[in-house]
Order: sequence, then structure tokens, then C-alpha cells
Amino acid sequence: MQKEKAAWGDEQMQNLLGSILRIGVLTSAVVVIIGGILFFIQHPGETIDFRIFKSEPARLRNVHTIVIEAMNFRSRSVIQAGLLLLIATPVFRVLFSFIGFLIEKDKVYIFITSLVLIILCLSLFSSYLSF
Amino acid sequence: MDMMLLVLFAGALLAGFLGSLTGLGGGVILVPLLTLGFGVDIHYAIGTSLISVIATSSGAASAFVKEGLLNIRVGMFLEIATTLGAMVGAAIAYFAPTHVIAIIFGLVLLYSAASSFKKRNEGSISIEQHKIKHGKFAQLLKAKGTYIDTTGKTIDYRLQHVGGGFIVMWIAGILSGLLGIGSGALKVIAMDSVMRIPFKVSTATSNFMIGVTAAASAGVYFTRGYIDPVLSMPVVIGVLVGSLLGARILLRSQTKSIRIVFAVVIAFLAIEMIYNGFVKNI
Repeated sequence: MQKEKAAWGDEQMQNLLGSILRIGVLTSAVVVIIGGILFFIQHPGETIDFRIFKSEPARLRNVHTIVIEAMNFRSRSVIQAGLLLLIATPVFRVLFSFIGFLIEKDKVYIFITSLVLIILCLSLFSSYLSF
Repeated sequence: MDMMLLVLFAGALLAGFLGSLTGLGGGVILVPLLTLGFGVDIHYAIGTSLISVIATSSGAASAFVKEGLLNIRVGMFLEIATTLGAMVGAAIAYFAPTHVIAIIFGLVLLYSAASSFKKRNEGSISIEQHKIKHGKFAQLLKAKGTYIDTTGKTIDYRLQHVGGGFIVMWIAGILSGLLGIGSGALKVIAMDSVMRIPFKVSTATSNFMIGVTAAASAGVYFTRGYIDPVLSMPVVIGVLVGSLLGARILLRSQTKSIRIVFAVVIAFLAIEMIYNGFVKNI
């Protein structure tokens, strides 16, 4: 146990968290760019009006339908999947911090990190809340 | 349409570039650009901006990690405040009329413009002074740290006014969720001025926190349908590339004159936002 503690410190954790952020941003950027290329192929010359907010259709707001449609290479869903991945990147960072604090047996910060995780989950599922 | 997306990409590139060069963040210039320049509904603009903020701050944070300036623990504790605030901000944005959001945005912009003229206090209080005020709560949080400064000297620091810092962070979270900006400046104020964390550690840790804060409100925006894929695609990639370019140049050049030019531009955008808000043209 003592040995494990020496191998896993705050510095290792920082490096791991840095890599997670880098990989997350890179991966989502690649997915968004692929979605963009698909969009130009699938919708040549389409005009879109961003002037009036009318909310995205349900299929582009729901994680489940986005993943299914992205698998079928529907361009908008592929882009949304990339954007979701980007939103998830900092969440993964917090998740891995949580695991790190678990390994360090840092009770105070296990509690603090789980609070942050709960808040983040609440926000991602906020459409089921009543506000 | 293809042309429009290309222009959007170029605009986002510029916003990301200037945002990272001046340290004010991409969102500050992106939202006025999208609303005033392209006539995009402010809700869409904010949603897209939040996503861009996650991309740039996560990219920058991974670079800060190498320098060992981060304080992960303090950041994590304060993320409770910023994420709670971000959700409140996103909820307010959902109910508030667009012209009210525009006016608030303009006021925050004006403040950002003014504060970029202010001199930054790079010094921090010596360790002796910290020891006196290091409270029980701060001890529980292990709210202290060390970092190695440019001369190779190891600097110890301890936190003060944890409660006050927490409240300022909460407000920073609200503004982030309401306006789609990183609120990096306010986060630095909370740590540097209120909690007396060394400026460099504050900047690095603030950047680290921006992504999580923005993710909390971006989740709300996403599920509420404020995030449009076709708008976000050129904007997010543009801001990301622009901010990477800006960070490269930042390392080499003196940015004081750019800062002043940028502040003037921002002040102009702020007045434009406020004016359009008052005549309900936004």
C-alpha cells in the first residue's frame, strides 16, 4: 500500500488529467469536422436561419437518438455527438479526479468531488427537472 | 450557405485568437460577433459560445498542467460553487427575455474592457501573514500549496477568506451560464484578490475550472435545444484553432498594446449590445 502511494501522487494525477483534456478536445474536434464534411456532402447549398430561436428538434437534443443517428452517419447527429463529447470532457476530468482521490483515500475530497459530479449529472439531465 | 459558414469560421477564428491573446477568452467577443454581426438569436450564440469555451479552456488547461501551477484541490472545491452558479445562470437565461440578456452582457463587457486597463497585482502575501489567518475550514480543505516561480524559488501559499471566494465563484458561475462566457477574469479575482492565492496559480487554476463550469451550463443548453450543430461546427473549430494560434503568439510577443486595442473594441461592442438591448433589437 505504501508503495502504491508513492507511485500515485498529485503530480501523476495532474498529468493524467491533462492527457484526458487533450485527448477529449482532439477527439471531439475530429468528430465535429467529420460531421461538417458529411453535412456539406448531404446538404449542398442548404440555407439556414439562425435569427429566431425555435429550439432544436428532439432528435438533436437526446443523447440516445444522437448516438443512433450518428452511427448512421447523419451529419447533424455526428456534429452533435462531437459536441456532446466536448461537454463530457471536463466531466471525465472530474470523474478521474474522483478515482484519484479514492486511491489517495482523501475523504474530504472524495466528498467534494462527488458533489461536483452530482451537480454535473443534474445539469445533463436537467430537461427532466421541472424548471 | 457555404459562404456564410466560411465567414462564420473566419469570425470565430478571430474571436478565439484575440480572446487567447488578451486572456479575456473567446466568448467575450464571440457572442457580440454572432448576435450583432450575424444576427444569430442570442440563445444560440450563448450555447455555441459555451461549447467553444470548453474547447479552448480544456486545451489551455492541459498546457498549464505541465507547469505545475495548478491547485487541483482548491479548484475542485470551488467548482462546487461555479457549477451550481452555472446551472442557476442557465435557468435564468431560459426565462429572461433576449434584450435583458443583451443588456447584462453589455454591462459585463464594459467591465471587462475597463479592467483590462488595470494593473495586475502579481505579488502575494508572505507565508507569515497567511499562517495567522489560516482558519479551521481552510485546514480541513488542505487549502494551501506550493509552486516554483520563474527564479526557481519554491513559494508556499495558504488560502484566506474561503467563504468570500466561494461566493464570488458562485457569481462567476452564474455569469458563465447566463452569458456563455468563461468568466475567467472574475474567477481570477476570487482566487487572487479574495483568497490571496498567487496570481499565477490563480490563472492556471481558473483556466482549469472554466471547462467544468461551462460543461455544467452547456448540458442545460444542450438538452433545451439551444445548441445548433450547423452553427456550432464552424464556430467551435474556428475558436479552437484561433485560440491555439493566439497562445503561440502570446509566448513571444508583448501584448500590452493589443490589450488596449482590444479593450476599445470590447467597449464599442458593449455599448452596441446595450443599445440594441434597450431598443429591443436583439
